[in-house]
Amino acid sequence: MEGAIDTLLILVVLSGLYMLATSDLVAAIRATALQGLVLALLPLLVRGHVDLHGAALGAGTLALKVFAIPTLLRAALRRAGVNREVEPLLGFGASLSLAGVLVVLSIALGQRLAVPGAPPSSLLVPCAFATVLIGLLILVGRTKALTQVLGYLVLENGIFLFGLAVLRAMPLIVELGVLLDILVAVFVMGIVMHKIRRTFDHIDTHAMTELRD
Amino acid sequence: MTAMGASTAEAARSLGLHLTLLLLAPSLVQGVIVKTKAFVAGRRGPPLLQPYFDVWKLLRKGAVYSRTTTVVFRIGPIGALAATIVAGLVVPLGRNAPPFAFPGDLVLFAYLLGLGRFVTLLAALDTGSSFEGMGASREATFSTLAEPALFLAVAVLALAAGNPSLAAIAEAVTPASFATSGPSLLLAVFALLVVALAENSRVPVDDPATHLELTMIHEVMVLDHSGPDLALILYGAAMKLLVVGSLVVTPLLPGDLGSPWANAGAFLGGAIALGVAIGLVESTMARLRLVRVPLLLAGAIVLAAIGLVVRLTAGG
Amino acid sequence: MPGPWLPLFTLVPLGGAVVALALRSKTGRAGLLVATALVHLGLVASLFAPGVAPPRPALGGHLALDPLGLLVLSVASLVFAATAIYNVRYRRLTPPRLSRVYMPANLVLLAAMSVLCTARHLGVLWVASGATTLATALVVPLHRGRHALEATWKFIMLCSVGVAFALLGIFFVGIAATDPAGTSAASGLLLDDLLATARAGRLSAPWLRTAFVFLLVGYGTKVGLAPLHSWKPDTYAEAPTPISALLATGLTACAFLNLLRGYQVLVAAGEGAFGGQLLVVLGLFSIAVGAAFVVGQGDLKRLLAYSGVEHMGIVALGVGLGGTAAYGAMLHLVGHSIAKGVLFLAAGNAILACGTRAVGDLSGLMRRLPATGVLLLAGFLATLGFPPSAIFLSELTILRGAIEAGLHGIAGAFVGLLSIVFVAVAAAAVRIVQGRSAKVEAADPESSLLTLPAFALLALVVALGVHIPAALHRALAGAAALVGG
Repeated sequence: MEGAIDTLLILVVLSGLYMLATSDLVAAIRATALQGLVLALLPLLVRGHVDLHGAALGAGTLALKVFAIPTLLRAALRRAGVNREVEPLLGFGASLSLAGVLVVLSIALGQRLAVPGAPPSSLLVPCAFATVLIGLLILVGRTKALTQVLGYLVLENGIFLFGLAVLRAMPLIVELGVLLDILVAVFVMGIVMHKIRRTFDHIDTHAMTELRD
Repeated sequence: MTAMGASTAEAARSLGLHLTLLLLAPSLVQGVIVKTKAFVAGRRGPPLLQPYFDVWKLLRKGAVYSRTTTVVFRIGPIGALAATIVAGLVVPLGRNAPPFAFPGDLVLFAYLLGLGRFVTLLAALDTGSSFEGMGASREATFSTLAEPALFLAVAVLALAAGNPSLAAIAEAVTPASFATSGPSLLLAVFALLVVALAENSRVPVDDPATHLELTMIHEVMVLDHSGPDLALILYGAAMKLLVVGSLVVTPLLPGDLGSPWANAGAFLGGAIALGVAIGLVESTMARLRLVRVPLLLAGAIVLAAIGLVVRLTAGG
Repeated sequence: MPGPWLPLFTLVPLGGAVVALALRSKTGRAGLLVATALVHLGLVASLFAPGVAPPRPALGGHLALDPLGLLVLSVASLVFAATAIYNVRYRRLTPPRLSRVYMPANLVLLAAMSVLCTARHLGVLWVASGATTLATALVVPLHRGRHALEATWKFIMLCSVGVAFALLGIFFVGIAATDPAGTSAASGLLLDDLLATARAGRLSAPWLRTAFVFLLVGYGTKVGLAPLHSWKPDTYAEAPTPISALLATGLTACAFLNLLRGYQVLVAAGEGAFGGQLLVVLGLFSIAVGAAFVVGQGDLKRLLAYSGVEHMGIVALGVGLGGTAAYGAMLHLVGHSIAKGVLFLAAGNAILACGTRAVGDLSGLMRRLPATGVLLLAGFLATLGFPPSAIFLSELTILRGAIEAGLHGIAGAFVGLLSIVFVAVAAAAVRIVQGRSAKVEAADPESSLLTLPAFALLALVVALGVHIPAALHRALAGAAALVGG
């Protein structure tokens, strides 16, 4: 069981790395869906048995992160009508290498963090940490608004992994509330992106720097 | 420690078995790859044993040497094949122990491959043509990136085996260890697969069937060889694929089957499966843009590094 | 007489939002907004009526009103009522026409703020916080220009990422509450259970500290503490004025409330010194940054935004110092919210009438728009801490707290920075109200609906500066005690 959980955790990190390295936005959205799929499976594995809480959470995650959010993102991409290429601020090779270093460091150092209670796997905290860092890297290292949304989603996925460590403390309603919040956030971001595209003719956030003191 | 076991007869038998596999299997794997690609494309393709006939045909032809070349050019193919054969003596083909094994032989293995590559590069540069030089520089760049991945991935396997020797890896790493070791072995094997594709100039790193000089990497280095030299090069490339591919195949084979013949047979089956897999990959994927190949190799390095650190810290 | 049923505070505005979405007539929506706001204000006022018992916890302890929540709820409801009345006239005067979601979004904001003030579960607080970000993001780009969209994108990205870090902090609190056996020492993330566990000393200190740092970064972004404040000036400037007013007053106070909930747990666990130091440092830094950018600021709403950053820094400073200063911080939270409300509503008037936000172009208001000019001048004086403003009292209390604690350096820096702000803002204020008279474009720019709410708030700020009623004093003292006063 622990081996399976470990493999799934590494898969989350790998899909994050793939999102950093790919130059195709649609492939990046698919990688987000893959992360969501893994995250939907994890609570069931962590709890060790299928119960209402785990099943509901898994179903909710599946519906939102694998279907609803990627659909919203693809629709936003289509409506924006922009180039499907990712335009990186930080080159692909540099971001992949930097991310690789960060992942290795977080796995190496994350084992030292003494998490009270028995976390389901010794890789949980390091992988969560690594995913958060990868999400931040995507957010900061890319210029297109859509990729910033993807970075935000990866960041939230990493935080979700941390939440697995305190699974018993969060009531189901709140977890679902968090998921809904993310869904609505992506929805609103899509709307704003559409407006940006209509006004600016592009969604390059680094060209939107007119407000300053 | 070595495979020179109890009786000399047994040692001679195992050496003979190893050499037979090493010398005869490569062209078969080559044929399997071409046949698979043909099947996927809806054709029947050339006969399975065609590579053997090709090598035999080329050996009987005469060679043409350009006037700008020197003895370096003639040494190239011979040196590469020799290095590959020696490397093949150190690497286990299947669960049988190789003729030579000692702790750290994986370093020798990597650098023998490097030696072969070096000699080929020199021969390419010796022609004085810009096309070969271009291919040589590309090949050099990509191997530089593939080497750390190779070392890191083999390090993971060695840690799993408990002994830094390729023979120990063949003995200890079985499909059962994948279940207990979690993701680190999977990451290492995947990184090794990418390295194998890179070292042997297969899709997605290089397309062996391309005719456009500007897109070739390995093919363009050997553009000027003809006759027996070309035969040695083709044969050497096939053997290199077998030898590097065995690193990927052996951990996936079922454990020691008892008799050396059974192990050899299992390995042959595994090698053919590898050929089919490569053929499928070549049929379905396109070659990566040249600027994206370093990214792929960097990804392999990162995968292997993650596998190593997971193995070292979690023990899993 | 028992207090009102707590879920009402959330359900009333939420119901109003749903109905408002269905209504077709704009007047109807505006009227509904005002009606709901006044009902909500009435509910809040009933909490202060003599003879009314404090409301009982509802939903199994998930909703409860402690003095801190009471303070923020009152302020939020008050300012919301003022902006609701302001909106009635504003929506006719502002170009372009308001979108259909504007009024409902306002009501959703009120509902979310009520949840933030009454909920006791850290996860619920987080969801409500996210809801406020999203509802605001829908109404900020109202004016649909390049700048508005740029500001909206910055706002939504920064606040969402910040709030995500706050979620991480909440998870860390949960981890801190897990004992080595793997079961949770506190049942879930209910604040009361966490406080009890903290006092019993069963929270892991390193994890709790890390959690507080993340909560500070996350909720600090929403409060607008430097250096996490960069979204504030842009968003305040580009948003429609009533929304800016809400953001600056109710929403900032609610975000600070979230932060204080985490701080409460920290103090109960005995780690108050660690958190207090962080708050003092961030507070002083915010005051300094606010002061630096207020000097020579040319855009009126950006000026108000940086002033807000500075004042939130003052509140953080007071809370961090603890003791007497904590009482001052609570009073400052209340007083500043009301005074900022005055300023934003008056500024909105001036901007609507003159069509520009530039301080240089708004001069001479006192002659053409006397009511607005008076409001602006009085509002600025109140915010700067002129007696008899409540802010004068609160700043003095914080200063006294600093001196009593022997932190003369901090007290000196505090006074110095306040002086810089005083000079800069006073100069801008004088320039606005005196000088050549500005062009006035809109018809009937000084309708009573646009000015009366602001006057009411102004009167309140001045009244509080003169005398603090007993009920309010009890609430302030209670809140200060909760955060280590």
